[in-house]
Amino acid sequence: MSPVKNATGRPLVKLSGIRKSFGPVEVLKGVDMAVEEGQVVAMIGRSGSGKSTLLRSINGLERIDGGVIEVDGECVDPGQIDLRALRQKVGMVFQQFNLFPHLTAGENVMLALKVVKKQDKAATRAAAEAALAKVGLGQKFDAYPSQLSGGQQQRVAIARSLAMAPKVLLCDEITSALDPELVAEVLGVVRKLAEEGMTLILVTHEMRFAREVCDRLVFMHGGRIIEQGPPAELFDRPATPELAQFIGMVEAR
Amino acid sequence: MLEFTLWDILSNLLLAARWTVLLSLIAFVSGGVAGLLLLLARVSPLPPLRVAAKLFIEVFQGTPLLMQLFIVFFALPLIGIETSAWTAAAVGLTLFTAAYLAEIWRGCVEAVPKGQWEASASLAMTFAEQMRHVILPQALRIAVPPTVGFSVQVVKGTAVTSIIGFVEVTKAGTMITNATFQPFLVYGLVGLIYFALCYPLSLSAKALERKLNVAR
Repeated sequence: MSPVKNATGRPLVKLSGIRKSFGPVEVLKGVDMAVEEGQVVAMIGRSGSGKSTLLRSINGLERIDGGVIEVDGECVDPGQIDLRALRQKVGMVFQQFNLFPHLTAGENVMLALKVVKKQDKAATRAAAEAALAKVGLGQKFDAYPSQLSGGQQQRVAIARSLAMAPKVLLCDEITSALDPELVAEVLGVVRKLAEEGMTLILVTHEMRFAREVCDRLVFMHGGRIIEQGPPAELFDRPATPELAQFIGMVEAR
Repeated sequence: MLEFTLWDILSNLLLAARWTVLLSLIAFVSGGVAGLLLLLARVSPLPPLRVAAKLFIEVFQGTPLLMQLFIVFFALPLIGIETSAWTAAAVGLTLFTAAYLAEIWRGCVEAVPKGQWEASASLAMTFAEQMRHVILPQALRIAVPPTVGFSVQVVKGTAVTSIIGFVEVTKAGTMITNATFQPFLVYGLVGLIYFALCYPLSLSAKALERKLNVAR
């Protein structure tokens, strides 16, 4: 079954007027963004443009100073302390994997199912096996993170997020810490998720991947979104000199 | 004149050493429990708890143990709480131990990479769940050697309680010296008893450190 994209027309993730400062430096200057269910959105821009901060604010890892975050009906503003409901709807995968080193791959996936979702033993086990199988690591259930390659660790991290059945998955430069030959296996998993209709928001430097897989590119510059649209359009006809320069820079690499 | 044999002296010191060992154990166990609570407060997301724990730790680290014992021993009766030398020694050493262990363990908690907090937070775990399932199991590994190492300080700290009249091995040594007029012999034996208690602890701390480093 192929997913019907943008079926509802109602945004799953809605950011309005997001502001964030680190000390005197304002890194997000009132960002508005909406992502519909099933959409795959890549955020691009130079380092320091605020894209990672914006992504991390969507599940409350960065506390925002102003604006409202809305994910599937859960509203979060700067005064909100309890982020549990929001975080159950938003999965996150990190550049450094951040697997729990004292637990096996299976235990990594099962932990939150057990303590957060309070599922029973059989259900967590089944869900973890399914999630690991989905990322192609069904046989690595009992392996510790230190016994896995970087690519495998990152796939376990993806499985760990997916097992919580999030509405949207955030990926923060998830291939940047990998050796070049391991990038493809991780991107392959992301591509499969996109095809299955998972809502994804990625911060990435993999421009070819962004172009092929994403429905929309969001170009950030100086704490604002200054251009967004279908990848082909942005790449071929950048409207702003900043984006044109950025594209020139990454393509020259 | 009454004569004291070496065995008379040693056997009385060893009998008193029981109280040194017992007081050390009480201080270490109850101080460990209190230290864990203090640690949780010290790293908790709630600022008032953090500040209170920090204040407690600073006060106990910034004042001499002897003064802390005096305060417990002399001040508690002033507010109507009867204290024996036993209770005062146990309470004083427990608070002292708790403050130091909390600070040692805080270092271990902070040695766990920030990504571990972020990953577990992203999985919607609460602070308590993060500590219990992700942070403490990793901090524990690095905490064992310094914790065992600190137990040596607790054993030696019990000597100070002799000043408030608690009869442990040092106080017993003083009393025996007053009877035998052989301070060098008596305090030499007292020193050996402390060494016999502490050296195995130091050795095991070193061994644990080596073992955990290899396992890494």
